[in-house]
Order: sequence, then C-alpha cells, then structure tokens
Amino acid sequence: MNKSVFLGTLAATTLLAGAALAQGTSTLETVKARGELNCGVNTGLVGFAAPDASGAWQGFDVALCKAVAGAIFGDASKVVYIPTTSSDRFEQLTSGKIDFLIRNTTWTFSRDTDLKMDFVGVNYYDGQGFMVRTDLGVSSAKELNGATICIQTGTTTELNLADYFKANNMTYTAVPIETNAEGEQQYLAGACDAYTTDASGLAATRAAFADPENHVILPEIISKEPLGPAVRHGDSAWGDVIRWTMNALIAAEEFGITSANIDELATSSQNPEVQRLLGTSDNLGAMIGLDPEWAKNAIKAGGNYGEIFAATIGESTPIGLARGLNAQWTQGGLLYTPPFR
Amino acid sequence: MNTSTSTFVRTEMLPQQAPPITESGAVKWLRENLFSSVLNTILTILGIAAVAYLVIHIAPWLSRSVWNANSLSECRQIIAERYGEGVTGACWAVIRERWPQYLFGFYPSHLYWRPVLAFVLLCVAVAPVLFDKLPRKMLWFSLIYPAVGFWLLWGGSVWVPVMALAGFAIGYAAAKIVKPIAGTILATIAAVLAPVLWWLFLAGPAAEALQSILPIALQSVRSREFGGFVLAFTIGFTGIAFSLPLGVMLALGRQSDMFIVNKLSVGFIEFIRGVPLITLLFTASLLLNYFLPPGTDFDIILRVIIMVVLFAAAYIAEVVRGGLAALPRGQYEAADALGLDYWKAQRLIIMPQALKISIPGIVSTFIGLFKDTTLVVFVGLLDPLKGITDAVRASTDWKGIYWEPYIFVGTIFFVFCFAMSRYSMYLEGKLKTDHR
Amino acid sequence: MAVVTEEPKAGFRLGMLIYDTRYRSITIQIVVLFLVMLGAAWLIDNLLRNLAALGRGIDFGFLWNRAGYDINQTLVEYSNDSSHARATLVGLLNTLLIAFLGCIAATILGVIAGVLRLSNNWVIARLMTVYVEIFRNIPLLLWILMIYTVFTEALPAPNAFRGENPAASMVLFDTVAFTNRYTAIPWLVFDRSLGWLQLGPIWLNLDLTAIIVALVGGFLINRAILKRATRIQEATGLRPTTWWQSLLALFGPIIVLKFVLGTHFDYPSLQGFNFTGGLQVSNSLVALWLALTLYTAAFIAEIVRAGINAISRGQSEAAFALGLRPGRTMNLIILPQAMRVIIPPLISQYLNLTKNSSLAIAVGYMDLRGTLGGITLNQTGRGLEAMLLLMLIYLIISLTISGAMNVYNQSVKLKER
Repeated sequence: MNKSVFLGTLAATTLLAGAALAQGTSTLETVKARGELNCGVNTGLVGFAAPDASGAWQGFDVALCKAVAGAIFGDASKVVYIPTTSSDRFEQLTSGKIDFLIRNTTWTFSRDTDLKMDFVGVNYYDGQGFMVRTDLGVSSAKELNGATICIQTGTTTELNLADYFKANNMTYTAVPIETNAEGEQQYLAGACDAYTTDASGLAATRAAFADPENHVILPEIISKEPLGPAVRHGDSAWGDVIRWTMNALIAAEEFGITSANIDELATSSQNPEVQRLLGTSDNLGAMIGLDPEWAKNAIKAGGNYGEIFAATIGESTPIGLARGLNAQWTQGGLLYTPPFR
Repeated sequence: MNTSTSTFVRTEMLPQQAPPITESGAVKWLRENLFSSVLNTILTILGIAAVAYLVIHIAPWLSRSVWNANSLSECRQIIAERYGEGVTGACWAVIRERWPQYLFGFYPSHLYWRPVLAFVLLCVAVAPVLFDKLPRKMLWFSLIYPAVGFWLLWGGSVWVPVMALAGFAIGYAAAKIVKPIAGTILATIAAVLAPVLWWLFLAGPAAEALQSILPIALQSVRSREFGGFVLAFTIGFTGIAFSLPLGVMLALGRQSDMFIVNKLSVGFIEFIRGVPLITLLFTASLLLNYFLPPGTDFDIILRVIIMVVLFAAAYIAEVVRGGLAALPRGQYEAADALGLDYWKAQRLIIMPQALKISIPGIVSTFIGLFKDTTLVVFVGLLDPLKGITDAVRASTDWKGIYWEPYIFVGTIFFVFCFAMSRYSMYLEGKLKTDHR
Repeated sequence: MAVVTEEPKAGFRLGMLIYDTRYRSITIQIVVLFLVMLGAAWLIDNLLRNLAALGRGIDFGFLWNRAGYDINQTLVEYSNDSSHARATLVGLLNTLLIAFLGCIAATILGVIAGVLRLSNNWVIARLMTVYVEIFRNIPLLLWILMIYTVFTEALPAPNAFRGENPAASMVLFDTVAFTNRYTAIPWLVFDRSLGWLQLGPIWLNLDLTAIIVALVGGFLINRAILKRATRIQEATGLRPTTWWQSLLALFGPIIVLKFVLGTHFDYPSLQGFNFTGGLQVSNSLVALWLALTLYTAAFIAEIVRAGINAISRGQSEAAFALGLRPGRTMNLIILPQAMRVIIPPLISQYLNLTKNSSLAIAVGYMDLRGTLGGITLNQTGRGLEAMLLLMLIYLIISLTISGAMNVYNQSVKLKER
C-alpha cells in the first residue's frame, strides 16, 4: 500500500509540475506552451541577479531574462527565476530545468564544445581581478607572492589564478568558498589577504561594504571573461531567439531607441533598420517564430542595453561600473551587433 | 507512681538532637554531591569555572540587546550610545526585521496565512497520533491531512489532492468488489493495482475535468518560493510520515526468508547508509533527470523529499530490524502455533512489540532527519540556517551579522528536536509493560 | 511467466502458485525480481536515451586530464599540473584524515562525557546533560559554521603579528601562532631525509614509512615481551621484570631513527603575508574537526551511558563487595561488559562522522566532496560520472569501516558456551 502512496504523490505532483513534454520539440515551442520562461540566474550577486527584500529579482542578468520574456510573450513578468549555484548550473541547463542560463558564465572552449552548450553571445565583457585592503600596501597583483587568496569554487577563476601565479613564479594559498556571502565574510575578517573574482563582481562586492574606501581593486586583469547567455547544444532556433533579443537591446542603444521614445520611433522613424527592428516593416519576428513586435517588447521590458546597464550596474548605482569594454563599438567598446536585415 | 520519685530517673524524653552539621541539609548535599573526593572536588571547581567563564563572556553581550534598528550599523550605533563606545551587544533587530523570511522564505506575503493554517492543522492531525486520550475519530483527519497540507502549501486546483485521495477510496472499493469473487489475495492485488492505474492515467484528466466544471483553486505557489522553516517543516514532516512505513517494509524485507527480497533489501539499505545524504541530495538535484523519461520535470522539493525519505527509511529499517531481532524466538513460534499467517502475526504480535523496543531509535532517526533538512542549502534551496542567513547577509544593511541568526535558528531547531526526544521518553515510559 | 520454471507435478494447478504456501514465496520473489529488473531497465533506458539526446556518454577519461586548480591542504604531492584523479586522491586522504582524527577525539570525549553524566557529582552530571542535549538537538551544519566563525572572527589575522608593537603575539616561547587562517606550530624536519619512493602511481614518503614501521614494530615487540612475561608468570608464578625491555622496545627504534635521520624543529615565522616554516594547521580542518568531535561525542556519550546502564547493578555491587574502588570498578568490571553493548552503535556513529565530514564544503576544507564532487565536477562538467564515483568511494569507505569494526565486535563478543 505504502508504495502506491509514494507513486501517487509522485504522479500527482508530476501532473502539477507540468506533464511530460514530447521529445524533439524546440525549446521555443516548449516555452510558449508553458507560458513561462525558466531563467537560470545567480543565487545572489547584487547588480547582476539578486532577490530584493520582497523576493523580486533585480539585476543586469535578470533584465535579459525579462527582455527575452518580453520578446516571446510580450509580457516581461512571465519569467521564473531559478537560482543556480556554480556547481549545478550546467546540469540544470542540460537537464532542461532551465531554458537558458544567464549567470555570469564565462564563454570558454570546453564549455561550448565538451559540455554541449551553446553560448549565444556576450552580454558583459569581464576579466578577473583582485581586491585587497588599502592598508595592506599592495598596489599590484605581482606583489601578492605568498598571499592567502579567497576564491569562489567551481568557476574559471581558480584555474586563471593557478595559471597566473604559476606564470609569475609566485605561490599562494587558496581559501575555497562556496558563495559570495562567505567570501565577503572571510575577506573582511582578514582570513584572506585578497579576494579574487570577476572585476564586475569585485566592484559589486566592494560597493556593498560599509567602508568601500578601505578596499582597492588592483589594476591587473588576469583573464578574459566574456560572460554570456548559454543554451543547450543543438537547439539553434532557441539560440537565435536569445542571441537576437540580446542583439536587439544592443542595437537599440546604437540607434538611440530608448524605452521612453520607442513608441514614438516605432511610428515615426524613417531609418529602415529601426523600422525593421521595431517590426514596422519586414516581419523579422516571423523568421525566428516570434511576433512582429518582438524586439519592441524586449526593449520595452527594461530599456536598451545602455539603460539596463545604467540602472543595474552603471556608475550611478552603488556598484558603479564604467562602461569600459562594454561600450558600443562607436564609443570604443566591443559591442557590435550584426545588422538587422 | 507519682510518689516514688527518684532524683536520678529522667521522666521526660530528651529533645532529639540535630544531626552533625556534615550529615544534614545543604552541607551534606554539598559534601555528597560535589566534594565527595579530591577528584570530584576538582571536577566541581572546573565545572563551575567553565560555566562562570561562559556566563561572564556571553551574559553582557546578551544583556545589551537591541530590538529596534534598520541595519547593523544603526544597531551598533545604538549600542554605542546606550552602553558606551567599544562594547558589543546582540542585535536582534535583524530577526525582528527579517523574521518573515526566516519563517516563510520568499513565500508570497499575502499568503502567509496558508502555511500558518497548514501548521495549525498539522498539530491537529498529529495530536491523536501522539496522545491516545484524544477521540479516535480525529485519526480520519490525520489520514486526509497530507492532501490538505499539500493543497494549502502549494495551492492550485483543489481537485488534484482530492483525486489523489480518491485513489485510496478506489483501492478500497476494488478490494471490496474483488474479494467475494476471487478471494483475498487477488483482492489485495486489485487494491494495489487499481489506485496505481487511477493515479497514473485517470486522476489527471479527472481533476482537470472537475476543475473546469467546478473551479475551486488557491493561488498556486512555486517550490522555489518556499524557504526558511516552512521548507524545513515541509521536508521534515513529509519525510517522517513516509519514511516510517517504508522503513518498516525494508526491515521486514531484510528479515525475510525469501532470498531475493532479502538481498534486495540488504543492498538497498547498505547503499543508502553508505553514502552521505549530501550526495543523495546532489543526485536528486542534478542527476535524477538523467534517469527519468526525457522532458520530465518534477518539483525540486519533491525530489529532495524522496531522497530524504529513502535516506531516513534505510536508517529506520535498521532500527526496526534491531527491534525485531530483540524479540524472543518464542514470540514468532507462538504466533505460528496460533495459526496466524505472516501478516496477521506481524500486525498483531511482532510489530507492536518490535516497534515499542525501537521507539528511541526511531525518534532519534526522526530528529536526525529534521536536522538534516538544513543540508538542502547545498542544492540551492533556501534552508533557514544557511540559505536564508546568507540571503539576509547579502543585503547591505545586515552585512557582517553572524551570531544572532545562528542563535535564533539554533534555538528553534533545539526546541523542536528536544520536544521530540522528550516525547519519545514519555512514550517509552508509558508503553513500558515489564516490571523491573 | 513463472510457470515454466516449475516442474509440472500431479495435481498442480496455476492457482497453487498463489494459494499454496510452498510455492507462494517463490512466486512473490519472481514477481519482485521481475518488477525490480523492469524498474532498473526503465531507469537505464532513460539514462541512455537522455545521454544520447545530449550527445554524450559516460566517460571517466576526464580523470586523467590536468586538474589545473590548487588545493590548500595536500597530504601527498600535488600541484595544479596533476590529474583530476590525483586531486581525487588528495581529497580522499583529507576525508580520511578528518574522519580518523574525528573518530578518535569523539570516542575519548564521548566516553568521558558518558561516564561523567552518570557521576554522582551534581554539577558535572548536569553540565554533561546540558552538553549532550544541546549538541544532539541542533544541526551539525550550524556547529560547523559557528565554530568556524569563532575562529575567523575571534583570532587575529597574521598581519596583527607584524610591527614593533603587534596587536597579537605568538605563544609558547614564540613558537606557536594562532591566526584566523591557521595555527602555525613548529614541525619536525629531517636533515637526512630518505625522500620519496615511487611505486607505480603511488608516491611513498619514506620518512613517514620509517616512523610508522618503528612505532608499530616497537609496539609489536613490546607485546611479545609482555606475552612472554605472562607465560613465565603462569608457569612459574614469578613475573620477570620487563619495564626496561618495554621501554627499550617502545622508544628504542624511534630514538635510533631520530639520530639516523637527524631531526630538528622548524619554527614558524612571519614572512610577507603569512607565516612560513613549521606546520600550518588550517582553521577549516580544526573547526571541522572540533565540530564533528563535539557533535558525535554527544551521541557517543549517550551510547556509553546506555551501555553502562545496561549492566545490572549487581555487577557493581559485587565489585564494591570485593572492595574495588569506584574508578577500578568502572575500568575493570563495568566498561569491559558495557563495551559489548556499546560497540555496534558506536560503529554507526563512526560511519555517521565519516559521512558528515562531507559537510566540509561549508568551511572550505578540501575533502573528497570538495575536490571530486566540487571543483573537478564543475571544471569538467561531468556531473554524472563524478557523482557516481563519489558515491562509490564513500560506499567503499563505509563498508570497510563497518566490516573492520564488525570483525572487532566479533572478537569481543561474549563467547557463550
């Protein structure tokens, strides 16, 4: 009898959680049928993805989730945020629990090929840096020989760190930590001399300190960390949706389309590329299986790339990141979208 | 008599003398209990010193508690103003401000009444199981409580849990119908098979159909929004409720004469007991999907509960096996002599005694299970101990607060686990029938 | 399906498979086996289909790739150029180390606490009750986190030892430094080290091997001497003096070894960011060890108490009647008998401690779960393979411990004749 109770609960909840979907349908169809987007985000990194006191998710990565939901459903709120840890994020994606992963994840060769994921672009160009206390009197990462360094496990950072110290013939002691919160605790207590992670993460962490002026981010950036959204390998149609939603946000900034003037531009703009983007001519949306107004809805969700950046991690926020490499190509940055044609 | 008085014969009794000072009252107690030997004296002094040390270091901190503040820095400022610079104090304001998260996680705040009601009903459902003085009719509520609790916590259509319950009714009906036609054993098979078929194929469409006819539904809440003690209790109590029957079955399997059943049970129990719970939880969160049909996705809390149930069941199986082994052989032989079949013998003779012997072990397994719910943080669920505390500390306001959340969460766990262990002692005392 | 396996007999009917108790158990077993195999086949089929859909197979080849990450505590030689298999070995040894240290300390503390809880000293008995109840009823994870936080928050950073008037100073004649990262203690080094010996994939530290051989050898010789003394005593009634032989056997080899290898102490000193020299025992190890010890000892104390209570009062009364003092009564009469009750649950506590050591991840101690199930899993993305291997290793450890302890249990079991 007891076994049947177990099976019954299982069956009932399987039903509740959404019945099994036939194999072979594309993720886009699945998402549309489900009516919600499952977005894998960080468990809590202020500025990129973190729940606020009321449990609502905020941040730079979260904004892309909203934009994609906007593009698909025309409603940016139809997102389920699934916090992923650095250990389980790839399994969450490959096993289909999340539709795409946007969790400060570095695009690397082995992840793209061996782990059977497809990175569809770069939404933030980052690099690994070090943060130390000002009173340590260290001004360069080259002076960190023999230091104890706090490092988040399960990321590319520990490999970069090992390579960097080896290349510079220096030694260090690693203090592995699981979450950013623990890392801060260890670092602030002085249990490690330096804290290393992506420079953007360092800035976010430092911004949240009570005394940010007593901590300094060292000038060395020891790695390339192109962070971007990833989808499962072999689902190009779904990859296109994410890639071009992101491109639409970037292109919108390039063309000066903001959430304030988008409705006006949609009717009045004479620029043919803006017209194509906003769906007033050439139904581009149909080509990727979305509404004609997909890009318009995506941009309306949180503004263009520049607006999202400014609102979540930009210089006016506590995190205070400069655009740097993440400026438009016209401004000397690396953001360069292929044409909408 | 009165006339013959002698000067040397005492006529009235002397008043009783007080015993020597070392043999009475506080001094005697002290001498016997604290200073009976040199070693004891040293131990006593050491013990008192240890207590004094702890009190001296913790009491001032506790006495300088602040309950009203919006951030840790504000809290420290208040302590500095009130008690002077440089002293430390407890900042309970963090609990005061964040208690909803500690209790409910990110459960929608306008729906807090649902977990609260579920908890109150849980108490009602558990009461008749724990105390046999309560009316036996209440057990009917205990039986339907899992469905009620499920509906209250997760919401959704009322017909899903109702249809799940209907499975049991169908099983009962099937048994009743088949029994006169085909006998007891086929009836048992029917009683198992019919509900399984019902749940797998019919319950879903039936629930949907009823929902479209008579829509009664609560706003549904996702598992990801569960957190804090709601999560701990959901996992803990479901685990307890399901692991006991499964554990008893496994113990019977392990004691069974049937070779295959025995070996399967042994293999299962030894495997589960041989690996840490944390790897099982990882399996639940990462790997279970590899073993299910492609595209299946079922709830993370349910996956965790399944693993916790299996884990606890293996331990309970061992405890119950100990109880079974402790029964004198004569009990089994007596049952056979009475002509009872296997299940009747188990139900009427063996199990009541074996379970009675196993009570302490079973309860400590339950306590362990409840404590182990904190490990779900490693698969990304918001347990009250680390998940919620880390979330609280991630905010700028409460960065750098450690002791208060730990003490708060620890106290709550202590209260519940201690209550469970006391209950087991009460039950043990009540069921004790031998006179030693 | 079961029918074919049965030999047709006179009067055999299908119904007998269910109703005849002679056949019923076989029927049930075959049905159960069939169902289990069906379930297993279903799971494996799903697994294969899922892997095929993802375009990957089960492949343990990743173990021989370069690991690329560093580990802060390594008992065997390891660098980021070593393979993932090597990292797994490092993690395994760290797990075994913490389990070994924890089991020993927990046993000692648990026995003391259990005995003291029964003491007639009111203060001590109450204190031990409070200790046991508090540790048993609060999750282990909380103790690990709390003790670790005590270490990181209360102890000074190495920086505090710097300067003319340092905020912190070393203790024990400037030889030991407690910092919030590690405890730096003096450590023995050998002037004429024997170096390493490579046996296939295993590197053997010859110094350590020599010490172990010397210790174990001395112990065995001592036992032989004592046995001989006992034999002589039983034969002649006179026990030869053995204390100097014992001393020589126990300490002789070690002293010889000391002079052969030439030892001196290496003292820690602050250089740069950290202390160098000596041995640095990381706080994550100490905190984890303390937490596991205190937690498990609370359970062991209860087991010991139950074991002692299980011995009938007549035993201690008899001992008192013989004129034995309470201490000797406990050592000679009660504990040896109580051991038989104590050992089986003690084995499960050892197993629990070993398995609980996987919570090391909470304090960044790189055990098996931290290397194989942590960084290796993340870096290679081979979740399925890493988890299977992790479970297998834990299973082997558990079965080995319980097997070894069961053998011991058999040897101390009451031999009823």
